[in-house]
Amino acid sequence: MSKGLPETRTDAAMSELVPEPRPKPAVPMKPVSINPNLLGYIGIDTIIEQMRKKTMKTGFDFNIMVVGQSGLGKSTLVNTLFKSQVSRKASSWNREEKIPKTVEIKAIGHVIEEGGVKMKLTVIDTPGFGDQINNENCWEPIEKYINEQYEKFLKEEVNIARKKRIPDTRVHCCLYFISPTGHSLRPLDLEFMKHLSKVVNIIPVIAKADTMTLEEKSEFKQRVRKELEVNGIEFYPQKEFDEDLEDKTENDKIRQESMPFAVVGSDKEYQVNGKRVLGRKTPWGIIEVENLNHCEFALLRDFVIRTHLQDLKEVTHNIHYETYRAKRLNDNGGLPPVSVDTEESHDSNP
Amino acid sequence: MAATDIARQAGEGCRTVPLAGHVGFDSLPDQLVNQSVSQGFCFNILCVGETGLGKSTLMDTLFNTKFEGEPATHTQPGVQLQSNTYDLQESNVGLKLTIVSTVGFGDQINKEDSYRPIVEFIDAQFEAYLQEELKIRRLLHNYHDSRIHACLYFIAPTGHSLKSLDLVTMKKLDSKVNVIPIIAKSDAISKSELTKFKIKITSELVSNGVQIYQFPTDDEAVAEINGTMNAHLPFAVIGSTEELKIGNKMVKARQYPWGTVQVENEAHCDFVKLREMLIRVNMEDLREQTHSRHYELYRRCKLEEMGFKDTDPDSKPFSLQETYEAKRNEFLGELQKKEEEMRQMFVQRVKEKEAELKEAEKELHEKFDRLKKLHQDEKKKLEDKKKSLDDEVNAFKQRKTAAELLQSQGSQAGGSQTLKRDKEKKKTREEKSISDRTCTTPGKHPVVPCALVVCAV
Repeated sequence: MSKGLPETRTDAAMSELVPEPRPKPAVPMKPVSINPNLLGYIGIDTIIEQMRKKTMKTGFDFNIMVVGQSGLGKSTLVNTLFKSQVSRKASSWNREEKIPKTVEIKAIGHVIEEGGVKMKLTVIDTPGFGDQINNENCWEPIEKYINEQYEKFLKEEVNIARKKRIPDTRVHCCLYFISPTGHSLRPLDLEFMKHLSKVVNIIPVIAKADTMTLEEKSEFKQRVRKELEVNGIEFYPQKEFDEDLEDKTENDKIRQESMPFAVVGSDKEYQVNGKRVLGRKTPWGIIEVENLNHCEFALLRDFVIRTHLQDLKEVTHNIHYETYRAKRLNDNGGLPPVSVDTEESHDSNP
Repeated sequence: MAATDIARQAGEGCRTVPLAGHVGFDSLPDQLVNQSVSQGFCFNILCVGETGLGKSTLMDTLFNTKFEGEPATHTQPGVQLQSNTYDLQESNVGLKLTIVSTVGFGDQINKEDSYRPIVEFIDAQFEAYLQEELKIRRLLHNYHDSRIHACLYFIAPTGHSLKSLDLVTMKKLDSKVNVIPIIAKSDAISKSELTKFKIKITSELVSNGVQIYQFPTDDEAVAEINGTMNAHLPFAVIGSTEELKIGNKMVKARQYPWGTVQVENEAHCDFVKLREMLIRVNMEDLREQTHSRHYELYRRCKLEEMGFKDTDPDSKPFSLQETYEAKRNEFLGELQKKEEEMRQMFVQRVKEKEAELKEAEKELHEKFDRLKKLHQDEKKKLEDKKKSLDDEVNAFKQRKTAAELLQSQGSQAGGSQTLKRDKEKKKTREEKSISDRTCTTPGKHPVVPCALVVCAV
């Protein structure tokens, strides 16, 4: 912070007193650092409380997308994450078991409340991903969906008479489920992540981690990390968006050690040591979902919800959305027109 | 190619789902707040009021510091705005405070345009923000917000009513910024006069349709306190940075021979209320109102003024972009047309001038020819005259010699009679030759009758 320059300020003040037909638009002067020992309490820090109250009143939106082949436990994991039935499992569908011929995008919204905080959670499921024989370009519908959400937001923002709070349907986080083969990433995985890491925050997750032993797990994770690096795939938290040293060290730790998280999901409770825990019961023992020795679900949950939820939204808004907007405004006419579907489909956000 | 099939279920009716345990997103407000704290807050206050009403002192008192600055004189030719930015820090919250003050407000003899610089300043801040928002590559989250969040309007403590300047200015400002009127230097008014004054002010504001900022009463937590405060508007404040010892504490006060006015004593003035409302309770609301109400209004008006409309029924995405381009092309086309017009006009003028010049040239030539001809005629005439004169001179000379010859012969032969007779003869001969000459055909050169002056022998 530069120290105040009284001379220039009074000079500038003097020059402003010279008669002029128009006042100069206020260029903020170099801020003067006031000695932090104020002569008494003003109450500026109450703004934190004011802001908190306001945000609690307005509530939050969060949109999470899960991508992966069928049977990897996506819906279960989401239910475990949010401790409620927010995602209906494929096996419980009443219609006949049909593998969708195309990649479908299903977005379901729920309102959950905790501690006075209301959150509108939207889970976007992608059944049919990677399930066909020929999976070429199966990420395209997903990319298109994500861009459509950006487009919607942009249209609202550009309006003359804007809504007070633009409904935010942009995808804030995309959990990509990696199949626990134990070898390496599949070409489909690489292709998907390569294309989508530029438009959305991708968090790779190793699904059904209870099929690997601890050594296999750590080896697999290392290999996956290496492959992601070699292919230039930047998953969340991206290195380039670390703002200060503190963030960097924290995120480096997560990037190099924990990610990708090897998780197990479950929504059934069992009695272990007198406590009721979420877990999976097998003949050889009960896998506790929230036990850090068993799997990294708790890490994932804390990472996504308790510490980085707001950051996910910020990165989506400030970086991915701005990139999309700049591109759109720059080569308007170069992009193919957005499909008419968006105008026909009704708004799901009240 | 796999086509998309977007199905949106549970559209309007998002059901509320109960949670089976602690998820942890109740820390979300904390996450949000932490982010804002690390970014820092900014707050911009505009103080409008006549010179000498204690604006700077009040700011010093409100924020418990001494902001540097010199008091202004009364001799400003126009209203100017002076802006200063300060960085305040309290516990872990950093606030970038900008205080804008009017200089010379109400000092001029003709105050018709006094409000104008203020309105232009506020608009300029909105404009800067709008420009940033419309940019292609923008940095909104790092942008230093300079829009005015609160406008404190200082009312002079006359005790009677609002001045017309006050009414006019507040009316112009109420749709652009949150106006909070305060009665300055209120230690000049007694308590009973004060209540009457406040009632008069509020009724005048209402009757003139001035919308001052009302503290929000929709949030239950603050509704009650805000409601009571709304009844106390406008606040009567006193500012002071001097501290005096009252009892066993140091308090900010002003000392008079008849007593001491304590700034933070609620019975003496409303300073504490103002501070509560402005900073401790409603700072965030002021910022939000500025952004969502005043700024949006400005933006809407500005864009409509520029000719943009919202998307029509058969709109394509980005009518903004296309309208922009269409307007730009239109503008360029107009420019070109104007250029063409000017060029044509220029060409025409040049032609006209050329024609004129040509005409003049022709005339000059003609004149020259005429004159030349005249000159030649004259010359010829003169030459003719000369010739005839020469002829006559020669003829005379001949006769002279002949006469002299005769004379010499006559003088030898006869006497003077013959001389006389010769003279006579000569004369008659002269006369004859004259008559001969006068009778000569015009084939010979014309006779100039006066040439015979020569006959004096």
